Amino acid sequence: MTAVPSAATAPLTDAAAAFTPRPGAAPAHRMVLAQAAFELKMVLRNGEQLLLTLVIPALLLVVGATVDVVDVDAGTRRIDAVTPGVLALAVMSIAFTGQAIATGFERRYAVLKRLGSTPLPRWGLLAAKALAVLAVEAIQVALLGGTALLLGWHPHGSPLAVVALLAAASAAFTALALLMAGTLRAEATLAGANLVWVLLLLSGGVVVPLSDYPAGAARVFELLPLAALSEGLRAVLEHGAALPAKDLLVLLAWAAGAGALAARFFRWE
Amino acid sequence: MHSPAAVEVTDLVKAYGVKGRGQVRAVDGLSLRVEPASVTAVLGPNGAGKTTTIETCEGYRRPDSGRVRVLGLDPVREARALRPRVGVMLQGGGVPNAVRPLEVLRHAAALHAHPIAPELLVERLGLGPSLGTPYRRLSGGQQQRLALALAVIGRPELVFLDEPTAGLDPQARHATWDLVNDLRAAGVTVVLTTHLLDEAERLADMVYVIDAGRVVAAGTPAELTAKGPEEALTFDARPGLELSELLLALPEGTTAAEALPGRYRVAGPMTPQTLATVTAWCAAHGVMPEGLTVGRRTLEDVFLDVTGRELRA
Repeated sequence: MTAVPSAATAPLTDAAAAFTPRPGAAPAHRMVLAQAAFELKMVLRNGEQLLLTLVIPALLLVVGATVDVVDVDAGTRRIDAVTPGVLALAVMSIAFTGQAIATGFERRYAVLKRLGSTPLPRWGLLAAKALAVLAVEAIQVALLGGTALLLGWHPHGSPLAVVALLAAASAAFTALALLMAGTLRAEATLAGANLVWVLLLLSGGVVVPLSDYPAGAARVFELLPLAALSEGLRAVLEHGAALPAKDLLVLLAWAAGAGALAARFFRWE
Repeated sequence: MHSPAAVEVTDLVKAYGVKGRGQVRAVDGLSLRVEPASVTAVLGPNGAGKTTTIETCEGYRRPDSGRVRVLGLDPVREARALRPRVGVMLQGGGVPNAVRPLEVLRHAAALHAHPIAPELLVERLGLGPSLGTPYRRLSGGQQQRLALALAVIGRPELVFLDEPTAGLDPQARHATWDLVNDLRAAGVTVVLTTHLLDEAERLADMVYVIDAGRVVAAGTPAELTAKGPEEALTFDARPGLELSELLLALPEGTTAAEALPGRYRVAGPMTPQTLATVTAWCAAHGVMPEGLTVGRRTLEDVFLDVTGRELRA
């Protein structure tokens, strides 16, 4: 029998010593923060995402506040009417459209599959995505809110009510995004997420308050998540309402429904 | 007596629905055993069931029947305990398009308690020149090496490498082979799939040759190549040559046959006289023996013997 030389007898070199097994997961909070920072970096590096989440809302804000495109009730300042809707649109852009497209392509390019083999648990990935979305929303509120203030915006109401609405809306939009990205092909998600963005924009009371819509349409639209968010924000920021319970309930219902479906049908590959 | 296996697959069956063909068994009663701190190659042609087998071990697929144990654990039910201990290199993809190599390595390192320094892996795998390049613009070979680095960065006990050198140039292939040898020297268990015979022969302590979802031969490279005639002479020529005169001229105990159309094999003790006999016969019949080699049996011969086919590269 011919002996085949085997490298099994090779001495342990310094280079090899670095590979000596020492497995272990990082602490959960470190994993989640690392993943969230990574996700945030991806969003901020993506030109289309920035266009959708910051540039378009900023343009709408400036145009809506300065150009006479909509009739505004007498005594209402244009910027006060427009800002809540633009904030709602911006939140939807990152939490729904941005997440759906990004996650769809992560699935397509086996990014999720590879992450599935790392110590990062699935809940950790979802938590990291949520954190990244919240970080982008903080940037949006700062930049868009700051621009609105420069344009003379006078916000009313309780900041806590605004945070509650934003949190519920983020949950609803992210759940819808994961439902879409986890069940459709990446290209279908790309097309669908943009289409839904446009449809919700038209039905969402973003620039035009729902009260200016035909009554029948308004009754249906107010059950949609973007309309619920923009009307809720308008009630608080423009009219100083305490907590718009109905809009909050609509958003929570979307979050629960889409979340349950996403948990059931999301495919990682 | 056996030490506990690093990987133990017993009678694994996994079928997929294929349009027009109903359920097709990608893996059909496959068993294999991987010893700790060894390199095991799962060798077979495309479509043999290599990736399905390895992805079942990685916990991505559930067996239809049979049993899979990785480090003594169930890779699906006990995935959480296994993930920090097992490194996985997928066949392609796995990294977002816009990310640069060092960013994804640093991120992967942050998920582990005692990672290898990303810079060390960059140097070992020759990724230095690609550090400023987004993932989508890396060459296929650079993407492969990055995937390998990601599989080992957490200092796992066991790594699964699915076609680790597919599409690599010779230099990158050697860097990968060196790294696999270092992993074994450090006590890491390596399971790799390949359709390259020389890779299996050079790297592996143990080779499982699989075809159509089954193990068709198993052993160390030395054991596999020692079965059957020890030495052989092979050459390519036009198919259908009449070999009776050659058989008469060859010494006793030496056989000649057309192993595949146009591929001839003379097996038996190889002496200068045997070679002279073959070439004299070729000259007499106007045959140019292309790619004539004399040597011990290779895994290619083994594969040919057990399947009657060549490994398709």
